[in-house]
Amino acid sequence: MSAERPGLRTSRPARYTLRFLALGYLAVLLLIPLGVILYRTFEPGIGEVWASITTPAAQSAFQLTLLAAGIAVVLNTIFGVLTALVLVRGRFPGRRFLDALVDLPFAVSPIVVGIALILVYGQTGWFGDTLENAGIQIIFSWPGIVLATVFVSLPFVAREVAPVLREIGDDQEQAAATLGASRWQIFWRITMPAIRWGVAYGVVLTTARAIGEFGAVSVVSGHIQGETQTLTLLVEQRFQNFDLAGAYAASAVLAVIALVTLLAMTLLNPRKDET
Amino acid sequence: MINVSNVSKRFGDFQALDDVSLVVPEGSLGALLGPSGSGKSTLLRIIAGLEAPDTGTVAIDGQDSTGVSPQQRNIGFVFQHYAAFKHMTVRDNVAFGLSVRKRPKPEITARVDELLGIVGLSGYQERYPNQLSGGQRQRMALARALAVEPRVLLLDEPFGALDANVRADLRDWLRRLHEKVPVTTLLVTHDQEEAMEITDNIAVMNAGKIEQHGPPRELYDAPANAFVMGFLGPVATLDGALVRPHDLLLTADPREGAVEAQVSRIVHLGFEVRIEAELADGEKVWVQVTRGDAELLEAGEGDIVWIGSDAAAGGTTVPVPEAAPATTEQPAEPAV
Repeated sequence: MSAERPGLRTSRPARYTLRFLALGYLAVLLLIPLGVILYRTFEPGIGEVWASITTPAAQSAFQLTLLAAGIAVVLNTIFGVLTALVLVRGRFPGRRFLDALVDLPFAVSPIVVGIALILVYGQTGWFGDTLENAGIQIIFSWPGIVLATVFVSLPFVAREVAPVLREIGDDQEQAAATLGASRWQIFWRITMPAIRWGVAYGVVLTTARAIGEFGAVSVVSGHIQGETQTLTLLVEQRFQNFDLAGAYAASAVLAVIALVTLLAMTLLNPRKDET
Repeated sequence: MINVSNVSKRFGDFQALDDVSLVVPEGSLGALLGPSGSGKSTLLRIIAGLEAPDTGTVAIDGQDSTGVSPQQRNIGFVFQHYAAFKHMTVRDNVAFGLSVRKRPKPEITARVDELLGIVGLSGYQERYPNQLSGGQRQRMALARALAVEPRVLLLDEPFGALDANVRADLRDWLRRLHEKVPVTTLLVTHDQEEAMEITDNIAVMNAGKIEQHGPPRELYDAPANAFVMGFLGPVATLDGALVRPHDLLLTADPREGAVEAQVSRIVHLGFEVRIEAELADGEKVWVQVTRGDAELLEAGEGDIVWIGSDAAAGGTTVPVPEAAPATTEQPAEPAV
């Protein structure tokens, strides 16, 4: 439509300039560094790369990263959908406060999150004695890494789902209620299909954030190779040890996971004409 | 049958309903008519169980339903903006109520096809709501509401989001549908023509109260007060009384009981002609006459005429209230 409006039409050179700027910006910031990493990774040859990403340490890091991301996605999806429902449909005192609280993990630096977790769950922390007596170790162990990952990736699903819920309104849910559907049936047959693209997008963002998290995880990890080292921590360690080829290879794995996630999102992308 | 007894409802400081009682007879088609904010939608939603009254009771078919959830009331509800389930086909939309009741598949299929036939949407089974026009979506919503064989059908401004000509068609259609499927129906509308045209009974609402309840003609001919008179049709003010502009007689010569006025504007609306005139005290009056009468009168703008009530027509008058009624202005152009 806008192309029909003469006032908004941009001249041909202006359009090309805009395109050049947008693509150039992306290239400098994103494509060139990523390309260099991939190039450097495969420079020594595919066999070297394979050997480097299949060492026991790398495999363990890969598994830990997937475990933390998997738990974060499941928990934050359930929590996110519930929170969005409460925030959009609920009317209660303190709703705005909760609304702001959900964004806290965005606002707080990950390193602060890590330190806060140590203060609460660490040996000298609030629950330190209780946990130690029960034989549970959280900090410098995998549960701490999971906690940190869950925390930093918490807002995505809620933030993606809430606007969708607001937009669809509650007419459909009320109609379903008058037709005899229980709350459970309404949620699964009406609400969930209506917000599914928001949930999917939230899951993708949660996954990407969980896999890429470095700061908070670094603080609570303890850097025990083969035990509490995630992929990002492995990259850092190899980099610090001047194992550049190894660092590039592990980075490439991270980049590939990110690309696969993005690709999944593109394939899942809602057909905009549906609504 | 719907029995509403002494229902009140507040939203914060706003008194949405103030001790309202209403009976909708079995099998009838009734309307709640009123301006926005008069409480008509709130009353409908309370009957549906989508809102809870602060005080008072609602009974459906003699059973007290006040504390019953909307799921258990066995009602059909149609929303102004269709509330179509966008991710389901027309078939699945209409089947929804039966499918949550776990009826056998063949029965559901047969019932859906039958209903789509009744609402004129045969052949649209596999479409999605966004592939239907507004009128078709609303007919689908009606079929969906009727599928569960509700005891009462509640329609909240069902034609409010539609174009004027589609609205007129659907009104006729709803009336005929009601004759075919005579389920007790209550319709909320702010359009007096819509209410007059299709319903058996109208409850005129204003500021959370029912001003008058009765058949359309009774309300039109014997309005209980200035509000009802003003809301149901055009009114003019003459001699301290509200009177229908078509009950006024306009003559070129002086006449007993008539007052002198100067024609200020003549509007031709096809068969109907509206003549606006200014009285000696500056007050404006408008008179509705047929085209034939206007031609006989031969009055032009600026001419002096005499206006009085038409004794032969036996018109209705209501004293002008202290506060101005909601509608004393000329109504908008009638929908064609």
